[in-house]
Amino acid sequence: MKNVIEVENLVKKFGSFVAVNNLTFTVGKGEIFGLLGANGAGKTTTIRMLCGLLSPTSGKISVAGYDAYTQPEQIRANIGYMSQKFSLYSDLTVWENIRFFGGIYGLWGKALKGRALELVEDFKMHDFKDIMVESLPVGWRQRISLAVSLVHKPPVIFLDEPTSGVDPVARRMFWETIHHISSLGTTVIVTTHYMDEAEYCHTALVMVDGKIGALGKPGELKQKYVVETMNELFLSLARNGNTKS
Amino acid sequence: MPAIQVTNLSKSYGEVKALSDVCLSVETGEMYGLIGPDGAGKTTLIRIIATLLLPDGGNARVLGLDTVSQYKELRGEIGYMPAVFSLYSDLTVQENLNFFAGIFGTTVKENYDLIKGVYHMLEPFKDRPAGKLSGGMKQKLALSCALIHRPKVLILDEPTTGVDAVSRMELWNLLHEIKNQGITIFVSTAYMDEAKQCDRVALIQKGTILGVNTPEGFAHMFPYKLFAVYASDIWKHSDAIRRLNACETAYMFGHSLHFATKSSNENADSLGQILKSIGIDAVVKEIDAGIEDYFIYQLSEK
Amino acid sequence: MAQSSFLNFITKEFKHIFRDTRTLLIVLVMPVIQLLIFGFVISSEIKNANYAVLDYSNDYLTKRLVQRISSSGYFNFKGYLNSYGEIEKVFKNGDAKLVLIIGNNFSQKLQNDRFANYQVVTDASDPNTASILASYVQGIVNSFTTEYFGLTRQKERVSVQSRMLYNEEMNSAFMFVPGTMVLILMLVTAMMTSISITREKELGTMEILLVSPLKPWQIVVGKVIPYIGIAFTNVLVIILMGYTVFHLPLRGNMLLLLGVSSLFILLALSLGILISTLSKSQAVAMFISMFALMLPTILLSGFIFPIENMPKLLQWLSLIMPPRWFLSALKTIMIKGQGFQYVLKEVMVMIAMTLVFIGLSIKKFKVRLE
Repeated sequence: MKNVIEVENLVKKFGSFVAVNNLTFTVGKGEIFGLLGANGAGKTTTIRMLCGLLSPTSGKISVAGYDAYTQPEQIRANIGYMSQKFSLYSDLTVWENIRFFGGIYGLWGKALKGRALELVEDFKMHDFKDIMVESLPVGWRQRISLAVSLVHKPPVIFLDEPTSGVDPVARRMFWETIHHISSLGTTVIVTTHYMDEAEYCHTALVMVDGKIGALGKPGELKQKYVVETMNELFLSLARNGNTKS
Repeated sequence: MPAIQVTNLSKSYGEVKALSDVCLSVETGEMYGLIGPDGAGKTTLIRIIATLLLPDGGNARVLGLDTVSQYKELRGEIGYMPAVFSLYSDLTVQENLNFFAGIFGTTVKENYDLIKGVYHMLEPFKDRPAGKLSGGMKQKLALSCALIHRPKVLILDEPTTGVDAVSRMELWNLLHEIKNQGITIFVSTAYMDEAKQCDRVALIQKGTILGVNTPEGFAHMFPYKLFAVYASDIWKHSDAIRRLNACETAYMFGHSLHFATKSSNENADSLGQILKSIGIDAVVKEIDAGIEDYFIYQLSEK
Repeated sequence: MAQSSFLNFITKEFKHIFRDTRTLLIVLVMPVIQLLIFGFVISSEIKNANYAVLDYSNDYLTKRLVQRISSSGYFNFKGYLNSYGEIEKVFKNGDAKLVLIIGNNFSQKLQNDRFANYQVVTDASDPNTASILASYVQGIVNSFTTEYFGLTRQKERVSVQSRMLYNEEMNSAFMFVPGTMVLILMLVTAMMTSISITREKELGTMEILLVSPLKPWQIVVGKVIPYIGIAFTNVLVIILMGYTVFHLPLRGNMLLLLGVSSLFILLALSLGILISTLSKSQAVAMFISMFALMLPTILLSGFIFPIENMPKLLQWLSLIMPPRWFLSALKTIMIKGQGFQYVLKEVMVMIAMTLVFIGLSIKKFKVRLE
């Protein structure tokens, strides 16, 4: 696998506070990479640096072949981002939303229409593409948000707690979609508070106090730490850390 | 007399039916969970019970008092923690506590024994503005403020949403301590795995109660045989598995796929054979259903 | 419990105000700045107005007259014009705000016929300033002619004369001090209270307050009391500044003035509370305050545009504007120095309005969420 994300000795300090402390990892093409950690463990800071929104204090980051220090613009043009808070325009239809966000990324005319149709196909949205987003259930909105974040065919996409509050069936459908786009070659970086979802990732990185607490395939990690579930692993790691306040 | 008695409650917002014909009963001293996804009607139900919303039909009684006609007597007997962080972020931890104690006509000192568990965790930050606390700490502060007047019933709307796994566990431990003091707790959550923390759970979806039981009790309500299927790259096969005749539902649970079947003569071996026949090399185990399996069953029925 | 719980509430409200730099700036610093800006902009405008002269006589006496005007302290002499046509040009270029036209044989005519023509042309794009400037010039010309030709019968002297009633010193502080006071009280009391109450709705803290044993009136009164204090401080500061900085003579009864101001504070508060019961978010409260309070205060209260000059429809509309009544009472007390019986009507109207707003607020206040 060719590495889409390479992070080496990454450090981010805010004043004297070290938010991210010497992080090193790589993410391959098509990999689903789960970024886990307690609040304040440095997840958000790491994601912001990977997206080119925050510049690192030291260390190396490359995303989709671009350097985070010198080419943050190119990074932003080559990633997709979806968060629980990022919402669609609820007074536009699904189709209008896709076209609007496609337009933002410089698609227009035939190319835009073609891509929009492609997404409708990929996400099986034929039946409700002309429905107002506000009248769709939460689970569907999340999938549409995901579709929209893929409109410019980014090689990497970041999902920040994408399934928060979604019902168990819709949550699993969402993850099946994530596995589907990963099999098509898109790299997925995802954060979640549902520990069972950590098991759905190819690789999990548990951050503790800005450092790597554990990194590896969920199955191997559970063996290594002799735990039944990722939740236990998470709790035992976080308890040893000191992420209070 | 139950601590909370809800009878045929319904509520609509314009066209949208938020609750339809909801009935439930919470015993005194019980830890009662209301579990369902966003938009299921949890907040509406909780607000009606907390006297903050008027139902369209039916009624809710808390401590024997009607939430509509006797709301004045009731307010003050209940502790309520809304879903969004609703404290003053420009006031310090200590000031928030004092303020909320003050509006209930009591003091932190008077009820110290009740909140000392939480307060102990908050103490190092007592001079910090509430807005500068972490998510977990904010929730603990909100919990203290809701408890400060020693309510008989504590009503919490999604206290663990957006809080990391460690703080969630701490928060649940605190709730157990509070329950041990004899306070009835009614708590909503979107996390199915938190059901095991409750004495009894009501599952809610689209304004309807899908079932009420103890966390273990839902296994008996599950009508199908359930198997856990372990295989590599199982995500690729989920569609193929669902197309099998024997398959009722098939969803990922952690690193296995939960396979439900209607046919009672299926067992782990026979299912393994069936899977092999479509090219999946799998380990299969028969398992008991959990609450989430039951929820998925209910969702798929509709 | 009421006592301690109330004090508790008010303390908390003060903390909100004193910890938020923005609020603090709006309620305490902005009034002073606004007063200073109004004061200095308006008075400097009038003190250094440029003017030009079109002199058809061009004799010794008219030169003395121009000198007199220039040395009055209000005007800057910009030069002589050669023709009537140039007047428009100097106005358009903004070179002068006023042109004095002196007719033929000014001194001769005055001496012989005891009558002479002169004309004052002003740039009325700013009508207030224009009319003040025009009357200044007339005043100066009158005293000048009186000085030179001795006392003469009125009609023989000049063709036009206007007198600024109650404000003969041409002190512009009379114009803006009461107006600023109205504006600030509206802002601090009505707008800030409506915003601070809706903020609790937005934060979700209103939910907790509602389920507490506090009664709705306790919540509302607890929230507004600090603003009453602050508004009253503003009144004192504005009066004091008017007196010290802008030499506003305080003619009326101080107690009456403060009493009427307090009444208006209550009126504005009840309006603010009403707005808060109608809006769900701070943004909506702000929006309603701007359009329902600020614009009418500025446009329809008589602060900037005299009510008598408005179209009939707007005059009627101004009758239901609370600031109009307060402004009128303020002017009566502060400037004319008249007593209670002269502001009785205003006081009654304000009391009635307050009662209506409070009644509506009670009706609209929700003890539950929607």
